[in-house]
This record gives sequence, structure tokens and C-alpha cells, in this order.
Amino acid sequence: MQEKRYWLDSKENVAKVYRGVWIACALLLVAELFVHLHGHFAIENLFGFYGFFGFIGCVGLVLGAKALRKVLIRPEDYYDD
Amino acid sequence: MTSLQGLSPALIIIVGALAVPLLRHPLRNVYMLALPAVAFAALLSTPDGDHGSLQYMGLELVTLRVDDWSRIFSYIFLLATGLSVVYAWHIRDWVQQVAGLVYAGSAVGAVLAGDFLTLFVYWEGTAVSSVFLVWASRTDASFRSGMRYVTVQLLSGLLLLIGALALNAQSGSLRFEHVGLEGLGGWLVFLAFGIKCAFPLLHNWLQDAYPQATVTGTVFLSAFTTKLAVYALARGFAGTPELIWIGAIMTAFPIFYAVIENDLRRVLSYSLNNQLGFMVVGIGVGTELALNGTAAHAFCHILYKALLFMSMGAVLLRAGTVNGSELGGLYKSMPWTTGFCIVGAASISAFPLFSGFVSKSLILTAVALEGHYWVWAVLLFASAGVFHHSGIKIPYFAFFAHDSGIRCQEAPWNMLIAMAVTAALCIGIGVHPEPLYALLPFAVDYQPYTAAHVLTQLQLLVFSALAFSVLMWHRIYPPELRSVNVDFDWVYRRFPPLVLAFVGPPARGAWVALGLRTQEGIRRLGRYLAHSYGPHAGVARLAGSSAMAVTVLGVFAALLLFFYLA
Repeated sequence: MQEKRYWLDSKENVAKVYRGVWIACALLLVAELFVHLHGHFAIENLFGFYGFFGFIGCVGLVLGAKALRKVLIRPEDYYDD
Repeated sequence: MTSLQGLSPALIIIVGALAVPLLRHPLRNVYMLALPAVAFAALLSTPDGDHGSLQYMGLELVTLRVDDWSRIFSYIFLLATGLSVVYAWHIRDWVQQVAGLVYAGSAVGAVLAGDFLTLFVYWEGTAVSSVFLVWASRTDASFRSGMRYVTVQLLSGLLLLIGALALNAQSGSLRFEHVGLEGLGGWLVFLAFGIKCAFPLLHNWLQDAYPQATVTGTVFLSAFTTKLAVYALARGFAGTPELIWIGAIMTAFPIFYAVIENDLRRVLSYSLNNQLGFMVVGIGVGTELALNGTAAHAFCHILYKALLFMSMGAVLLRAGTVNGSELGGLYKSMPWTTGFCIVGAASISAFPLFSGFVSKSLILTAVALEGHYWVWAVLLFASAGVFHHSGIKIPYFAFFAHDSGIRCQEAPWNMLIAMAVTAALCIGIGVHPEPLYALLPFAVDYQPYTAAHVLTQLQLLVFSALAFSVLMWHRIYPPELRSVNVDFDWVYRRFPPLVLAFVGPPARGAWVALGLRTQEGIRRLGRYLAHSYGPHAGVARLAGSSAMAVTVLGVFAALLLFFYLA
């Protein structure tokens, strides 16, 4: 019996999800034009601050962790005597 | 209900737990769920104030103090007990069942303790009972991990006891009120709380032991120990500025480990550590808004963290592993578990309409209002990072990613019920925060759902998702690898043997001799444990950590003896 094919099994659909994330980000930036922000700090009122902070923060986190792994990684049985 | 008034909810559960082995299934399951329910009824019918006062060796003890702080933590502890019990309904191992209930009851008792001695007794109760949830995995690794865990926990209790006695000598009172960082007693109690709260460099017991516990044991563990510490810190050290930076470091430093860790239950343990950081910052800021934030966040966190551990536990049970490197595509086999995991992920990430959104924002707003610019920036970074490793990484690598080819059963029905109820609570609190806000220690004048707040939070999260997607799409994201990442526990797990090898055979001989001598006692305990636990051989090879455990226990016994005689 052939196994059921799921929507996400298709490469094109995964690409659709990927494009969807880009579109969601663009929409959230557009939405900012219609919302009055009232942050506690001046930097919060820069256009798209939260979005760019999140993006840069996460890229930095992953690249930082990737670099850190070079130093920290050990074989799985490292602590086994 | 008046007949329950003033009865200790903790003792209802702890004493009640002792009868568990006598009951047969399915009656036993009903009984185990009834215990936290009856305890809850007892607490509800008990008015605020001191109850259960007793004199002990001239000391005034208050075994049951009910106020806003102890109420909210007791409520969530009892709720978590009920959910964990249902999640573990398929288990037939009475040792785990009794240990889980005694552990939960002890945590409730500690939160309701009005004095340091009562707190200490329950504090140790959580340590000694919870280690059985680790040992119940019955592997060599879990036995050794449990040893390290209980050593650290007992050390925390020891510091608490000495600190409390020093405070008693200073002020003549054992009552547990605000302590502050003054004098030796204050610092010792602070350190005791800090160990249990997994402060930076004191944190490794958590990431070491939690992933080693049983599928159901980890769900119990995730709820109580660290949140008990958060409660104790909030009661004893609110407004202590040192906590602001300690908490900020806690939010940021574990998430780097979470990104590269392969064992998904260990990823959740690092993320638990990060969530504690937010609560600790709130305690450090110490304003009413911040403390409300800490209490609210602890409440929400217990639920969504339990939910995440439940979903990963279900994966471990069904697929036989929680290593990201071996999983993927499980949404096909476990659609319900996938859905519940995503609810937990959205809640911890603080998506609007999920519980984390209405609690974490209290803390961030309080931090901003007090003008802690850099701490605020660190917390914002950590918030994005949480979404990244808990919100996306956990569901992605377990249920999606590349199809691992694993085809398994959906989780057992009792696990699905526990997850469904927990998920419903996460969404319910997110949509309707008012009942939670009403439970908080101070009056709440805060509206989480403003257009600006919803928009900025969505921007933060969706752009973080974009970062993950871009890194994945371009294959920059570090793959999940079968590996261990060294953390600070290297200092006590690897460093001493290295030093001994360097200093030479005599020192090594002395260390081994110390180990051997202490082994006899441990072995006696071990023989008993081996009856229901793990490979007997494991006990004999425990020279290092057993020596440590016995030393701590010895110091402990000596101290107790000293104070009895004094």
C-alpha cells in the first residue's frame, strides 16, 4: 500500500510556506503605518524596530551558537568513564 | 468543606500518597487525582492568615501560612499535580507514583511554610523525593545523574539551614519574611535559593537531570523545584538589584546552548532556565508590576513548559528517542501531539492570544518603566531567542524537518487528555487573562492587548521566524548532531579526574579510598534501590559522586546533631 502523500511532502509547498513568511513580515511592516506606537524608549519608535531587532538577534544567536559549538562539542560518550 | 479548613494541603497529598501502593488500578488513578483536588478544596476553604502554629524546641513554627503569594503558587502547583498525574495514568510503577506525589506535596508545603524550619523540611522533601523520578529511568546514566542532582539539592538545603540559623541568631526569629542581602545569613539563604533557581554557573543540575528522568517524571520535575525557588526569592529578596543582572544573564546565556543541543528535552531544560531568568529579573526590579509579572509568568510558565515536556515525553515514549538528529516528520504519526506541542510553543514564545503574551509583557513593561535600558534589550533578545529555539526548533525538528521515516502510534489517551487540558488553559489564559490577573499579589492596572503591543510582538516573532527560515533555506542553520556540549558542569565532572591524574597516583589512591569507604553505606541504600531500580553494577562504580553525596549528608547529619545537643 502506498503511503498517503502529505501537503508538506511537496517541495513547491515548502517553498510556498517560505514565501509566506516573507509576505507576513512585509504585511507587518505595512501595518505599522496604521498603528500609533508609544514605546518607553526612543529606539522603539524607529520604523520596524521590533522586526529588525528580532531578525538580527536570531541570526546573531544562531551564528554565535554555531561558532560556540566548535569549542564546546564533544563526542556523545564524553562523560562516560 | 469547613471540615477541611486549616488542614495542610501538603500533608493531604504526602500522607495520602503513602496509600497509593495499596490500591489497585483503576481505583488508584482516581485516588491519585483526588489527592490534589482535596488539597485544593482544603486550601480554598482556609482563610488568609497563619495556621498550624506549633512550638518546637522553643521555636515558633508556622506550618501553614496563607496569603496572596502562597495562594497563587499553591494553586498552580496543585493544578500541575493534577495534570501530571493524568499524564502519568498509564504508569503502573508505584515508586514513581508515590515519589511524584510526595514531591508535589512537598513543593506545596514549602510554598505554604511560614518559617524557615518548615521551609527547610519541605525543601529537602522535594529533593529527596524528586530524585526517584530520575532514578526511575533505571539506566546507569540516570543513576549517576540523579546522584549529582540530589547532591546539589541537598547542598542547597544545607545552605538554607545554616543561613536560617544565622538569621535566627541575628533577629531571634525564624519567620520567613523579606531577607535581603545583609549579613552571612542573608547571603547563605540567597545562595540556597539561587542553586535551586539554577542561577548562572549553579544551573547544571537542571540540564543534567531533567532529560534523564522518566517520560512522566520530567513533567513533574519541570513544574516544582525551580518555581519553588522563584517563590522563595520573591518572598525573601524582592527588589534586590543584583537579581536584575543575574536574571538577565539567565535569559540570554542558556539559549545559545539550546540552539546547538540535540536532546530535545535538554533543549527544553535550557529554555526553562531562560524563562526563570525573566522571573528573576522581575523579582530584582521589585515594583508591584514587576512582582505581578513574576507571579503571572511562573503560573503560565508551569503550564506551557509542562505541555512542551509532555509532548516531547510522548515522542520519547512512541518514537524511542528525543534526539533532533533522529526525528522528523512525526506530524504524520502524531498529529494531536504535534498540535498540542505547537500550542505550548506559541505560549512560551508569547504569541498574542497565548498565555506567555499576557505574563511576560508585565515584566518587560516593568523593566522599561524603571528605565533599565540594557536589561530591557537583553530580555527582548532573549524573547526572540525563546521563539527561535523553543517555539520553532522543538516542533520543527521533532514533527517536521526531513521525514525520518519513523512511523509510530499517537500518544496514549491519558497523555492526550493531559495535553489537551493544559493546551486549553494556555489559550484560555491568553485570551482571558483577567482571572489570572485577579490572583496576582497586587492589583493589576495593565492592558496587554493594545494595537501597538500586539503589532510589535508579532513583528518580533515573525521576523525571528524569518531568520530561522532564511538560515534553513540557505543551509546555514547548524544541523542537529549526536554530541555533548560541555557546560559549566565540566568543572566538577571532568576537572577533578584531570587534576588527580596530574597530581599523581597517591592523591588518586586517597580519592578512590574515600570513595570505597563511603560506598558501603551507599551500597546498602543501593541494594535497596536496586530492588526496583537500575543495574546493580552502577552503584559500585559511583566513587566520585557518591563520595560527594555522602560528604554532604554527613555534614548535614553532624549539623543536625549539633543543633539538637546545643
